[in-house]
Amino acid sequence: MTLRQQVLYLWLGEGDLATPVVGWAFHDGTAGKGPGLPEGEPPYATGTAALEAGWFLLQSPPPVRVEPGHEYVTGHLANEFVFERRIEVEA
Amino acid sequence: MPSDDHRLTTLEVAQFVADGFLRFDGLIPDEINRRVIDELGSLAKVKIPLALALPSEEDGLSRPASGTPLSGCYPEPSVLGEMLRLPSVQGIIRSLVGDDPLYDHDFVHVLPAESGYTQHLHVDAIVDTPDPAFDIQLFYFPNEIGPGGGGTRFVPGTHLRRARAEDISRYQNLLGEQKYTGPAGTILIFHHGLWHAGQANPGPMPRWMYKIRLSPRVAQTRLWNTDDLAAHQNDETDHRFATMRFDSVAQVLRKEHPWQLGHEARYELVQRVQLWRYLSGDDHFDADYYLTRLEQRSQRTMGARA
Repeated sequence: MTLRQQVLYLWLGEGDLATPVVGWAFHDGTAGKGPGLPEGEPPYATGTAALEAGWFLLQSPPPVRVEPGHEYVTGHLANEFVFERRIEVEA
Repeated sequence: MPSDDHRLTTLEVAQFVADGFLRFDGLIPDEINRRVIDELGSLAKVKIPLALALPSEEDGLSRPASGTPLSGCYPEPSVLGEMLRLPSVQGIIRSLVGDDPLYDHDFVHVLPAESGYTQHLHVDAIVDTPDPAFDIQLFYFPNEIGPGGGGTRFVPGTHLRRARAEDISRYQNLLGEQKYTGPAGTILIFHHGLWHAGQANPGPMPRWMYKIRLSPRVAQTRLWNTDDLAAHQNDETDHRFATMRFDSVAQVLRKEHPWQLGHEARYELVQRVQLWRYLSGDDHFDADYYLTRLEQRSQRTMGARA
């Protein structure tokens, strides 16, 4: 057996992990041998729900730095949280 | 209040500002939809190799160069030209980018039956200038597109976000995204900044789509049918936490897409207000007082210091 990583990006409505998921991306290092995401859109209602399902938080976003002259500019979704879980698969 | 010349209404243009797109189901007659496929096939033989920087076979048909006024593109006999010169299509184009805009480029997006080719989410071209002027991209689907038929994926409301084209590939799924389905002859009009992606076509029929990008030659101010503008243009006091109207442009611009929540949506609203100021020529326009609060306080206090 060997360990492979699954990575889950969740974009949340606000900076609090307990706020609703508005976007997601899944990258599967097990090439389909490990579990997938639960049915539903989104697969988890909140970031906290992903923690409760066994995902480990790798990265949370820093608060947006407000630059003079760019206060109202919108771009990437600010609340990007990255999770992982490690799955044992046959070598 | 459709006009005789097919220009858009105020609320339709406001919807374009809120959503970043408009759709017109079955706008193009079947008589054109049936004939255009041969011409699209011929165009694809030229366009697709060029996009890959490969020599392409010439068929003798006139191809517009970037910067050509639209009136000079696809002269008769051309079915594409017939489509582009339909009064209903001209009215939409004129409402958003003015009379006889400039041709930027076009392309034929054909997905063979059972094609697995798919794109990640992207914005066309490169990061744009911060001013509110915009191009439109007209998507023409001559055939009916059903679920799983390769209809374009797009995310309503993303058009005013400033992001590099390929960086948004990270968003595999966003709430509220759409995968186009619709009847033959449907036209989608995108703001150039709308996030979108081609989808696989596992179905048994090829999927044809023609896209053309058009750029304005004039300021895009009050180009639509403004007969109803005064009735819907709210003043700067229209504020959901004070007093507000429900028949106003502001109310259309307040639309929150599912991927926009709470305070994040307020910044989106400010972007839309700035675009509507440009479109309506009303520098005092506002929705929910966000800009007016700051502008008027600054004027009052700075004036008091003088």
